[in-house]
Amino acid sequence: MTFFLQALSSGLALGTVYALLALGFVIIYRATDVLSFSQPALMVFGAYWTVYFATVIGWNFWVALVLAAVIGAAVGWLVERVLLRPLVGRPPFSAVMVTIGLDIVLRVITDDLLGISQRTVGDPFGLQVVNWGGVTIPRSNIATVLGAILVISLLLVFYRTTKFGLAMRAAAFDQEAAMAQGIPVGRMYGLAWALAGSMAAIAGTFISMGNSSLSRSTWVFALRALPVIVLGGLDSIRGAIVGGLLIGVIERMVGAYQPGTAPWLGAGFEQVVPYIVMVIVLLVKPYGLFGTREVTRV
Amino acid sequence: MLDVRNLEVVYEDVILVLKGLSLQVPDGDIVALLGPNGAGKTTVLRALTGLLDVHHGEITRGEVTFDGERISDREAHHIVAGGIAQVMEGRRVFAELTVEENLRAGAYTGRTDGSTDRVFDLFPVLADRRKSTAGYLSGGEQQMLAIGRALMADPRLLLLDEPSLGLAPQLVEQIRDLIVEINAQGTAVLLVEQNAAMALSIASHGYVLETGKIVLDKSAEELLADEDMQEFYLGVQAGGGRRSFRDVKHYRRRKRWLS
Repeated sequence: MTFFLQALSSGLALGTVYALLALGFVIIYRATDVLSFSQPALMVFGAYWTVYFATVIGWNFWVALVLAAVIGAAVGWLVERVLLRPLVGRPPFSAVMVTIGLDIVLRVITDDLLGISQRTVGDPFGLQVVNWGGVTIPRSNIATVLGAILVISLLLVFYRTTKFGLAMRAAAFDQEAAMAQGIPVGRMYGLAWALAGSMAAIAGTFISMGNSSLSRSTWVFALRALPVIVLGGLDSIRGAIVGGLLIGVIERMVGAYQPGTAPWLGAGFEQVVPYIVMVIVLLVKPYGLFGTREVTRV
Repeated sequence: MLDVRNLEVVYEDVILVLKGLSLQVPDGDIVALLGPNGAGKTTVLRALTGLLDVHHGEITRGEVTFDGERISDREAHHIVAGGIAQVMEGRRVFAELTVEENLRAGAYTGRTDGSTDRVFDLFPVLADRRKSTAGYLSGGEQQMLAIGRALMADPRLLLLDEPSLGLAPQLVEQIRDLIVEINAQGTAVLLVEQNAAMALSIASHGYVLETGKIVLDKSAEELLADEDMQEFYLGVQAGGGRRSFRDVKHYRRRKRWLS
């Protein structure tokens, strides 16, 4: 039982980070119909600034995290304004290619900033653990879950209740009609990228806390959010959250039990599992778990 | 109030759609813009509201002024903020949002405090369905929602593109009465219509647009009495009486304004 709970807790922590990353993809996709492949680079780039402020300059970790989120947002906004705005009205595919190119460029820059060493993000948790009835949970995992819940709640409140969130949803649904209502659609795109950029920075910091660290290979992690969004539905915020948790938990469960119960599947099988789950869900529900079908009157 | 002078609009750099069009909408009036399919009516509205570039069109000559200020080179959201709102052809409600969210989206420019009272007074049926998903409303309700959404921007000039499109005759009458009421509250209206009889019954002035040119520019009464107008737009045969579809032979008589 303790073994199970331990796997569950670490799965939830992993899942909330997946959810944060997936939300970045989903926000951009919903707003602009573009699947952004630059999220991995934005994640590592954003997280680098936490490293910089917290360990190089030596400020408080939380201040560094907020600053990194702000920088992530600024970079996201800038990317949209400079690289993607000129492509509005062109086929989304061209914009997708631009995001792939951007990912490569930004990652080269970040690699240079990071150097070849493993960098700790300067979080106050280190290797501390909490012991709850025999279940040991790293403090960093608890912080990750709480932090992600906070960030996701803020995002949902923003989306549901503020005028900008509403305008973003309207612009995502019908660009021209939104313009006719006086909604500056271009600015909404910028806003979507800014949000996605800051979520990427936060997610990147969270996964590098505790016993892990930020390095040149951390970016691969963001690609595992792809099965999450396909599973949850490309345009569904709820899908990103549920899908993220689901994939996180399944991955850690398989990681915990598979070596004992089915060793013939080989080592590292848990990394394949998200894709297997994705394929199965797509066979049953092609729109993903929560993807919207078109609303039509019958 | 709204003054369009010698407007020329070209799509994709080659397709000339409006050829020197001029029209005026005085403060507080209802003005009708009539014409057949493809005449350029919707293009006029796009040109007025800054939506041309979405369709790869641009104004190549002429200008649009609103209260003496040139608006033909402004972005769409500045124009709405300046007091011109439009109801697009085909309603274009945000189908996935609720009725209330649609209305709040209409109030984005912040010309009002976002109160929905005026709209719900005009359209009580929307008040009953405020939490419903807009995409599941009936056609008439969606049209009301589209008009209500435009009113949320508190426009001084409301542009309506074919509000009668696809609606039952009874609903067309209801929409017509609502337009009169909105106008009575002090909003000028430019009504783009194919349903000439409906439009001229409430408008004070009418323009007829054919292949990018204004061919008739008269007061509504004069247009209603005009012989060509009666034959080609109102379905009344020369010499009085309605005519049967069987006898329609357009080539029998040339439109006088073409020569």
